[in-house]
Amino acid sequence: MNPASFIAPVVRELPPSGIRRFFDLVAETKGVISLGVGEPDFVTPWHIREACMYSLEKGYTMYTSNHGLLELREEIVNYLAKNFALRYDPKREILVTVGASEGVDLAMRTLLCPGDEVLIPDPSYVSYMPCVTLAGGRAISVPTRAEEEFKLNPAVLESLITPRTKVLVLCYPNNPTGAVMTESELLSVAEIVERHNLIVVSDEIYAELTYEGKPVSFAALPGMRDRTVLLSGFSKAFAMTGWRIGYVATNADFLAAMVKIHQYTMLCAPVMGQMAALEALRNGETEKKRMVTTYDQRRRFVVAALREMGLDCFEPKGAFYVFPSIKATGLSSADFAERLVLEAKVAVVPGTAFGSSGEGHIRCSYATSTPHLKEAMSRIKDFLTTL
Amino acid sequence: MTEATKRSILAILAENNRLAPEDIAAMLCLPVEEVTNFIREMEESNVIVKYNTLINWEKAGEEIVTALIEVKVVPQREVGFDTVAERIYRFPDVKSVFLMSGGFDLTVLVEGKNMKDVALFVAEKLATLEYVQSTATHFVLKKYKQDGVIFEDKEDDHRLIVSP
Ligand SMILES: Cc1ncc(COP(=O)(O)O)c(C=O)c1O
Repeated sequence: MNPASFIAPVVRELPPSGIRRFFDLVAETKGVISLGVGEPDFVTPWHIREACMYSLEKGYTMYTSNHGLLELREEIVNYLAKNFALRYDPKREILVTVGASEGVDLAMRTLLCPGDEVLIPDPSYVSYMPCVTLAGGRAISVPTRAEEEFKLNPAVLESLITPRTKVLVLCYPNNPTGAVMTESELLSVAEIVERHNLIVVSDEIYAELTYEGKPVSFAALPGMRDRTVLLSGFSKAFAMTGWRIGYVATNADFLAAMVKIHQYTMLCAPVMGQMAALEALRNGETEKKRMVTTYDQRRRFVVAALREMGLDCFEPKGAFYVFPSIKATGLSSADFAERLVLEAKVAVVPGTAFGSSGEGHIRCSYATSTPHLKEAMSRIKDFLTTL
Repeated sequence: MTEATKRSILAILAENNRLAPEDIAAMLCLPVEEVTNFIREMEESNVIVKYNTLINWEKAGEEIVTALIEVKVVPQREVGFDTVAERIYRFPDVKSVFLMSGGFDLTVLVEGKNMKDVALFVAEKLATLEYVQSTATHFVLKKYKQDGVIFEDKEDDHRLIVSP
């Protein structure tokens, strides 16, 4: 028997994550400082962990409603209202998911028919494209450029729309570039969305990590609420990656459809994580602000350091990544990243792991302590002089 | 410079005083000179009192005994507690002195080479001071956390070394 021959072609042909190979290389090298990590360096704030322990002591170990604990959904609604001026009904328009990751999958499976096209900014987080493919859709890259600070260019976007285009994915603040789109820039996207009758899946998991001005939710733009599937979660802003709690906010019809899939595949998100998330929303503001302030200081430090060593680096306004250009070195991003690990013992992720528009760039995460960042910057600087 | 920026500089230094003014300037998007000047001002006005290093002496192999002493005193006319406090904090063995509300007046933290050392200091120097009414000495058995820092923090970085 040949097990491989039983694997469905769509899965067999799914390209493996561009990060995987790189991960093995880094894991084999000793003494590496990693700027390759896509999650906070902070451990979940103690009060959140403590609240979870208390909930375990009280016996909260059961399934919750498919939608998630109503109390948590109510807090999510309050949070979205307070921070993004959004209005949702906690009973019919909010679903607690297993991370924003589940939300991406649910949204695609709910919306796509075979052959439907989904526009995805390139470079972007790695899971949109596979989720589209697995849901039977066709992922279409919308290239973005460093010269435009990796924002979506409305003309480029519109030129890629066909009669089969159904969904546009947005992810701002962006992983891997740190790009943020302003309200007026998003408004011109919204106009195209309206004109071509598209649905937007907006992954706003980094919204709280916006360093200049208030974050704008795409769903808050005029007429966009019901056209938007808003995805977010606790992983980034509250340093809760391992808890696996995210949420979807969207119109009641989309939500009910997504719940159908969720109830059969996930049943519900883990109750311990939900209890912790509840505490995060109720009492987590101070710790969240402290972390955001720290990220912001590191962001400026890293951008200044990279520019000083002669790398072209646009100023990221969100998330915890910088995405400098390494084109001047003449190396491809994969070669640069590989040599940097081997010769200078600093791990970064090649920009191409996030799409072909990432060529010529590397993603450096500053979710690492300042002394580590300082050492990493000095190693990169020394490495550049050897090229 | 805004009050918030000033506070940020102080907070950064309180966390890690080994960062150079250049680094702090980069972190806050300020000209280096402004940061240097502000730090000098703060040093001169004694807002920045001292740059020291928190050392786990026990781990360094030093025998050090710490005691917390509750001191009741008779306040002095006109100067209140301050003169008595000064008579106490001038001793180099005394590491901290706080004026308290409640059941006693001064908290005094004393360090010595051993228990006898500390006990002698209390009996001979502290208890005999004029206006010191009584003392109660509590020896510290183990230090877990000091000045906001956990001595043996077991929370290592457990993250994957590269992740999307
Ligand atoms: C843009 C983006 N969306 C979603 C996720 C996954 O989030 P979650 O932990 O909520 O599944 C990540 C994680 O790196 C991300 O960068």
